[in-house]
Amino acid sequence: MSDAIEPAGVARQPSVKPAVHRQSSSTPLLLEVKGLKKYFPIHKGLMRKVVNQVRAVDDITFFVREGETLGLVGESGCGKTTASRCILRAFPATSGEILFREADGRVTDLAKLDRPGLRRFRPQMQMIFQDPFGSLNPRMTIFDIVGEPMYVNGLKNRTERTDRVAELLKLVGLRPEFMRRYPHAFSGGQRQRIGIARALALNPRMVVADEPVSALDVSVQAQVLNLMLDLQEKLQLTYLFVAHDLSVVKHISDRVCVMYVGKIVEMAATEELFYAPYHPYTAALMMAVPVPDPSKRHIIQDLPGEVASPANPPSGCYFHPRCEYAQEICRTQTPELRELSPDHFVSCHRAEELKLAGIK
Amino acid sequence: MPIEPIPANKITHQLDINSSPSWIDEPLLRVEDLKAYFFMDEGTVKAVDGVSFNVYPGKVIGIVGESGCGKSVTMKAILRILERSAKIVSGKVTLRRRINSDDPNSLEELIELTSQHPNSKIMRKIRGAEIALIPQEPMAAFSPVHTVGNQIMETILLHQDVSKQEARKIAIEVFRSVGISMPEQRIDSYSWELSGGLRQRAIIAMALSCNPRLLIADEPTTAIDVTTQAQILKLLRGLQEERQTSIIFITHDLGVIAQMADEVVVMYLGMVMEKASVNTIFKHAQHPYTQALLRSIPSMQSESRVKLPTIAGSIAHPFNRPKGCPFHPRCGHFMQGVCNAEQPKLVEIGDEHYVSCFLYSNETISSASPLTEKNT
Repeated sequence: MSDAIEPAGVARQPSVKPAVHRQSSSTPLLLEVKGLKKYFPIHKGLMRKVVNQVRAVDDITFFVREGETLGLVGESGCGKTTASRCILRAFPATSGEILFREADGRVTDLAKLDRPGLRRFRPQMQMIFQDPFGSLNPRMTIFDIVGEPMYVNGLKNRTERTDRVAELLKLVGLRPEFMRRYPHAFSGGQRQRIGIARALALNPRMVVADEPVSALDVSVQAQVLNLMLDLQEKLQLTYLFVAHDLSVVKHISDRVCVMYVGKIVEMAATEELFYAPYHPYTAALMMAVPVPDPSKRHIIQDLPGEVASPANPPSGCYFHPRCEYAQEICRTQTPELRELSPDHFVSCHRAEELKLAGIK
Repeated sequence: MPIEPIPANKITHQLDINSSPSWIDEPLLRVEDLKAYFFMDEGTVKAVDGVSFNVYPGKVIGIVGESGCGKSVTMKAILRILERSAKIVSGKVTLRRRINSDDPNSLEELIELTSQHPNSKIMRKIRGAEIALIPQEPMAAFSPVHTVGNQIMETILLHQDVSKQEARKIAIEVFRSVGISMPEQRIDSYSWELSGGLRQRAIIAMALSCNPRLLIADEPTTAIDVTTQAQILKLLRGLQEERQTSIIFITHDLGVIAQMADEVVVMYLGMVMEKASVNTIFKHAQHPYTQALLRSIPSMQSESRVKLPTIAGSIAHPFNRPKGCPFHPRCGHFMQGVCNAEQPKLVEIGDEHYVSCFLYSNETISSASPLTEKNT
């Protein structure tokens, strides 16, 4: 068991940064996803015949600007993890384009590349995992874990690697001496820091973080979120932050993208999305979050029904069976994602007429 | 340390609720200085180390804490379903029980649960009928090879003197009362055929099937999605108001606590740090841990991309719990020679507001001033 490096005590004065959305629409895109689909076949019978498909990601289009954090939020089964894995090419997409802009301005479609072709892009996009216990090999030392990506990518000199690992550990708030220890010696929060150090080992430009704090205790979550904000500022990182917890997503994101059953229902700047949502699902999702204030007890509102199955989605708008504003058109036609006001995208037939309440 | 055997006395009092009105104010469950330790080869883990609280009829008490704080072990100790390696070392758990559980105006008796054998007839009668449990993981709580209806009927048949047909009827009724549509069909399904929300509702139905007066809900909504969570919380609140059931609500989610609890017990590494009404905890928390915890949670109401105040360090491993106040290595008000020397006692600092911190105890050196910060 080891101690954390920070001095004991509760930080009193948070450094306040303006909460405006820092990237303007003129900031170049780092990643643009167009019409991404990922279907998983369902096999049945002796011949393993494909009887149906799970539409985990069903034609989504979004973009991430350089240096920003895009939060990808939704309930389980909405395809947020599948989408992020497709972008990293952890598995191949069924169809669609994943356009990645390199530092020199060249744009490449990652979806079309084969394994050798992808090698050049791997160091630029890294991942932070959800489970800090499962994502670190218990038989490797911290030096091996953090140093392995460097070794694989050509940094064979052990002294140089040691220096770099020490530097990375310091960067994430751990002592460099820790590199000789094994993961079991660390707490959940410290392990997550190690996972972050590993993700940063190759100076990535984009980091995909899949539920990075949901396995951590509440008192440790804030430390990791603060660290991620710090690192973003220091290293000009771009984050794709995947989570189900709306409070966490609101806390860290510049823009937020809400998914429901494999589709994007709304995408906008954080403040705009939370205070003036256009999509009924976004509004319902926010109302369902229990507010940590006993004087606001009345506002828990429940959304009837359950999340539809991506193997057997409803007709028209996937949300219509649960939507209180649903009309005939919602049952028959699938709404397209459209830009209703600058930088605010929504896929709802009735978005213009609805006056939805955001958080208060 | 040898453990003293607990004397096996049984029923302490019998009382007639109608004839002696003073008993109405008696808590339904009284937990006094409960200590439950795990004795393992590697050493002793003091998972619950001196926890006291009362559960009053019709009230919801929230036990909140992070991993390793002993909230689940407390629940298991009350129900006497601790693992073999764990023992109740000391403390008393007293339950007010109806002698005839079918009759709402029944005579009552006080039973000390800690002195019963875990497998005794009396404990088996209490579990399910007087105190029911809503476990965290609905998938693991149901057997996959029996229908949910069969499992609920089993509970009913065990505790009530009814025929199988009647039990089925009761099961269908509770299914309906927890908002499961088509209960006549759903009752014959297997747990894996139900969605997450329905499964959680079925578990609640099972817990309610014998009209318990006390429900222990152990993280009942952590494994489910927010929209389903809202449905379940609303359902539990409705059922609680309608049936006047007392609930011990165990969770790490402060949002859920704020929405559900009347009273809150904040635990850290096996000890109670602070205990007060829900409004006091959220508006006037006094313990440095409670204050820090409330400040460090990201809230939808707070500004985006602003750094959160954090609690430094991480929760100590239960094997080497810090000496003195378990929170002292992470505390901003740490006093050398005080906090790391002795365990603070739980003292009442306001109306039903208890804090265990040397900032508020009289034995403290006078230089330490109580915290004034009240807003969180």
